[in-house]
Amino acid sequence: MQHHELIPHLFRIEYRKIVSVLCKRFGFDQVEIAEDIASDTFLTAAQTWPLKGIPEEPAAWLYSVARNKAKNYLQRDRVFESKITPTVKSDAAALYEIDLSPQNISDSQLQMMFAICHPAIPPEAQIGLSLRILCGFGIDEIADAFLTNRETINKRLFRAREKLREEKIPIELPTQGEIDARLNTVLTTLYLLFSEGYYSASQQQTLRKDLCLEAMRLCYMLVDNPYTNKPAVNALLALMCFHASRFDARINESGELVLYDEQDTSLWNQELISKGGYFLQRATAGVIVSKYHLEASIAYWNTRKEDTREKWENILQLYNHLLQLEYSPIAALNRTYALSKVKGKQEAINEAEKLKLVTSHFYFALLGDLYTGIDNQKAKVNLERAIELARTQSDKQIIQKKIDRLLK
Amino acid sequence: MDEFMLIFRHEDGKKVASPEQIEHWMKQTMDWIGGIAAQNKFAGGNGLPFEESKVVWHNNVVTNGPFGEIKETIGGYIIVKAESVDEAVEFAKGCPVLQGDGNSVEVRKIARGDGVH
Repeated sequence: MQHHELIPHLFRIEYRKIVSVLCKRFGFDQVEIAEDIASDTFLTAAQTWPLKGIPEEPAAWLYSVARNKAKNYLQRDRVFESKITPTVKSDAAALYEIDLSPQNISDSQLQMMFAICHPAIPPEAQIGLSLRILCGFGIDEIADAFLTNRETINKRLFRAREKLREEKIPIELPTQGEIDARLNTVLTTLYLLFSEGYYSASQQQTLRKDLCLEAMRLCYMLVDNPYTNKPAVNALLALMCFHASRFDARINESGELVLYDEQDTSLWNQELISKGGYFLQRATAGVIVSKYHLEASIAYWNTRKEDTREKWENILQLYNHLLQLEYSPIAALNRTYALSKVKGKQEAINEAEKLKLVTSHFYFALLGDLYTGIDNQKAKVNLERAIELARTQSDKQIIQKKIDRLLK
Repeated sequence: MDEFMLIFRHEDGKKVASPEQIEHWMKQTMDWIGGIAAQNKFAGGNGLPFEESKVVWHNNVVTNGPFGEIKETIGGYIIVKAESVDEAVEFAKGCPVLQGDGNSVEVRKIARGDGVH
């Protein structure tokens, strides 16, 4: 790899490790300092490597530079001198030591994940901070992912860091008693992060895929640690694997969304599907059925393309269960679609009319689908309403195709 | 929006159903509840199995199960959110329990604890 490829690659992987270790060491009080030192380390690499060549072990080189910069900072820092040094006089050298061992790197990242995904921080800010600190995303990338500008993201991250300081959130793993509740917040953030990539309106395919892969990587870190390897975490990872298996099939060459029914199944990633199966299996260890278990099971059935009665009956029951745990408009719509597959379109229309999700273009698109072949005039009216409500051009195009087909 | 409890009453709790029949009823019940939940009107509910059930009478006399002396048994309940008792009644009409002759669903408003009820 050339240095102009290697540095961004290393940045994505190593930035978060350095920030996590330093932030763990300094505390959230000085999270910006940790981020600055990490960024500065990469700047030094970008300046030095083209001249002196890529070091034999680039990661170790980065750690050593980061360690030195951190030590310099600690020695300069007056607050640190006056507040901490007097109480720990015994070993001045150890005081400035930065532990960049694999164990501490892995622990620090996990602890950072719990600190960032703290219930005191609003979800939007959790995702932003996760992308910045845990995934090493640049401000521009985050702004693109959220379809907004640098300024908004900078403000959001600033407020989130303030909040972390105000709340004095410690960088540590929650206790055994808190782990399930805290893990829940972490899982919600990872779930949102994944969805942001999977469903985002951003046109940048690579970026969207990166978001999904990062969410999966963070989830994998939780599965990999015995303390956080809980059934719901495995279920979420299974869900992500099943969805990600269709990544290449759901977007065509011109970047348009390809609907499930029209996807080329040979593009489905079988390896991810079997990984999903593996984690779903591991998720069945406990007695609690989380929404991730149900969604992963639905996603599993969706990896089987054949339209069998067994498939749709299972999906319908899973949605029935999911909606009892947690209502969401999209689950309500998907349940109604599954109902049409099991009990026919007329019965599904009766239930769909009761949902009254009149601000959602998905709702009218579903009604349009259900009326197709039963009352094509009503189908057309509903699809036209869906186009009016659809926000993105690609959504409008997909619905327009359905109207065109109706008129043939 | 108020909450209403829909209580399923079975005329004869001693009837024994086959596992296939029970599975069929379960699916129907789940479809019915799923339809309510899809409208964001489901607030909770439980089945009440006949195993491990007792009746405590006056003077603390305890008997097994709700059967025998009591003519009707309660098989379960759900709580729905509804604008009016009429809307709750519309939900109740779809309850699969009503397929059994003599069975009923009792619709009761849940007191809010606001000092009025």
